Amino acid sequence: MTAKTLPTGACETCPVAKNATLIKLGLNVEGWDYVVALAGNPNTGKSTVFNALTGLRQHVGNWPGKTVARAEGGFLYKEKRFKLVDLPGTYSLLSTSVDEEVARDFILFGQPDVTVVVVDATRLERNLNLVLQILEITDKVVVCLNLMDEAKRHGLTVDARALSRDLGVPVIPAAARKGEGIPDLLQAISQVAQGEYVTRPHRIKSRDPKLARAVEKLALEVEAAFPGLPNARWVAMRLLEGDARIVEAVRTRELGNLSRGVQPQPVRREADVVLETMR
Amino acid sequence: MTDRALSANDPENLLALAQALRAEVGTEYHDRLMESIYTDAAQIADHAVTRDGQGRRLYFDRLLDRALTSRVWGFPIMVLLLMVVFWITIAGANIPSGLLAEFLNGTVYHALHSVAAALALPWWLSGVLIDGVYLATAWVVSVMLPPMAIFFPLFTLLEDFGYLPRVAFNLDRLFKKAGAHGKQALSMTMGFGCNAAGVVATRIIDSPRERLIAIITNNFSICNGRWPTLILMGTIFIGATAPPALASLVAAGSVVAIALLGVVLALGLSWFLSRTWLKGEASTFSLELPPYRPPQILKTLYTSIIDRTLIVLWRAVTMAAPAGALIWLIGNVTVGGVSVGEHLVNLLNPFGLLLGLNGVILVAYIVAIPANEIIIPTILMLTMMIGRSAAVQAGVMLELDDAQVYTVLTQMGGWTMLTAVNLMLFSLIHNPCSTTILTIWNETRNVRWTAVAALLPVGLGFAVTFTTATLARVLGLV
Repeated sequence: MTAKTLPTGACETCPVAKNATLIKLGLNVEGWDYVVALAGNPNTGKSTVFNALTGLRQHVGNWPGKTVARAEGGFLYKEKRFKLVDLPGTYSLLSTSVDEEVARDFILFGQPDVTVVVVDATRLERNLNLVLQILEITDKVVVCLNLMDEAKRHGLTVDARALSRDLGVPVIPAAARKGEGIPDLLQAISQVAQGEYVTRPHRIKSRDPKLARAVEKLALEVEAAFPGLPNARWVAMRLLEGDARIVEAVRTRELGNLSRGVQPQPVRREADVVLETMR
Repeated sequence: MTDRALSANDPENLLALAQALRAEVGTEYHDRLMESIYTDAAQIADHAVTRDGQGRRLYFDRLLDRALTSRVWGFPIMVLLLMVVFWITIAGANIPSGLLAEFLNGTVYHALHSVAAALALPWWLSGVLIDGVYLATAWVVSVMLPPMAIFFPLFTLLEDFGYLPRVAFNLDRLFKKAGAHGKQALSMTMGFGCNAAGVVATRIIDSPRERLIAIITNNFSICNGRWPTLILMGTIFIGATAPPALASLVAAGSVVAIALLGVVLALGLSWFLSRTWLKGEASTFSLELPPYRPPQILKTLYTSIIDRTLIVLWRAVTMAAPAGALIWLIGNVTVGGVSVGEHLVNLLNPFGLLLGLNGVILVAYIVAIPANEIIIPTILMLTMMIGRSAAVQAGVMLELDDAQVYTVLTQMGGWTMLTAVNLMLFSLIHNPCSTTILTIWNETRNVRWTAVAALLPVGLGFAVTFTTATLARVLGLV
């Protein structure tokens, strides 16, 4: 057949071959090796990516705010089991609405092995606001540059490599609705999870020296109080802003668990369960 | 866990330092941080993005947005689209509904009775199973399946295309004027599918005050369980008054009118709440209009039929089966020569009639607290049982198509146009289903607000139906 005439190298680059190692596990999330969080602005196609990876049919709608609870699913890639958690879409992690809290708490306290941030290629600048905030909390990030097909339609070209250089994490162009880019995304997730790809995340530059000093000073103290905490600088920034949830996490030493690598299971809200059973 | 003795670094010291530094940097910290993030984001985006002029499609998008969200045309287009969706639903569901009813409530029903007779099942067993459980589920399927199999795909296509955020955009202004959060328009739109989902969707609202308003008023978005009731009443009572050519259109109009009344009520109650118990300023926010996306028609058809229609139908069936058994039991267990069901109906009948409804409808609404989907089958079964019709006992006249439903309700139930209109109104304005109430409790964790959300609508429903009934009587319409 035709396959015989192809050079053998073609198989390695062929997306079908890469995809062949993906086994969608649907709702089966038992015994996972890695936890992957799916974050992003509203209406960037998180649920579409979620469905493409897990084979589930989470309802997808073209409007912001559709997913407000967490949804979970699983997949098997290269013999590793991944648990995928679809977080509510949010513009930032700084304010206090419940959906932002759900997303923020999971990334911080759930300590996913990889956080995939799905961004809308047609609205890159605004989507980056969230990416930059997530990069402050966790190093293990993969950016999925979704809706590339739409960007093209709008006459936009997005240089994924330049973006990857600036952000210091893998950036994978994708059109999840058509399944484009999913194999590359899987590979990037797997590489970051297993530490094969070492990220060098961008840090938010403080342009005011007075503020920069304050953050630095406080971060040192946070580091001293919770040795090994992966995001002392971010905690310092939140404390400086008086974030009640973080203040509480310091007071109850919940943050200490993070530095010790204890995995506290995030509280499952009743409403999530109700919503899941209705889907 | 807090082994204070071991720790040299008391967290309180850290918090004290944070407090001191916060005082030092002042309140502009948040703004400065946001500024830094925005500047970095802009720089990085600038590196990565090049634009080569605007595409033609974008121009089309803008043009479409100008029409769909126009101050003048936005609402008429919305009403028109809703009309078209319901017209297609009603006109299209008519024939399959009849066929399905004939098959499930006729052919299969008789076959089941023959089997039961052959097996010599005791009368009460075949009664509970066939006249109770089977009949209720068969009715749910024949009443709900055809309209939903048409309505959901159409609605999902609109959603997939990106129309819903435009609806929210149009309503945003009104909600803000009512003292509520503009995002309430989104949770309200979500409620048109399912109120429990709509209540959870209010999580996108940050202010607790505005979130409560959104939760309490979500009930006025007509949910999956209620559309079939409205469509049936609109078809057999209101549409039937018009000449046949216009019947479907008039029926669709009546359904749209009730849906719009729901929006008006949500706005009105929001306005009332934000001026009484939940006083405060409306917060501002910017609503993002997503780009139009060509709907994926086949995929949408598939997912909306499998995921939405069948799931909703399944929920209805699981609720209808025990309800059917219950209805059969209360219809056949007698106390003092009269069935329990009849006692109940008689008890509630005076109050029901005062509201322009009747005892059967009120009993049905009690039975249907777990799921509104079973209202119509419950009403039909109760009406026929209480009617003590010989036909029912003999097992005929059950393959109810729309015309026969009309006959049963008017002849045996004594229904008038007022009953139908008030049922439509009460379907819009009554307590949320038990799932929604449970969700409200989960989201608010507050007994008082859960009670308000559950009881306020039903009180309002009594007031509204009483008013229309009284008006109709005073004006001599019934």
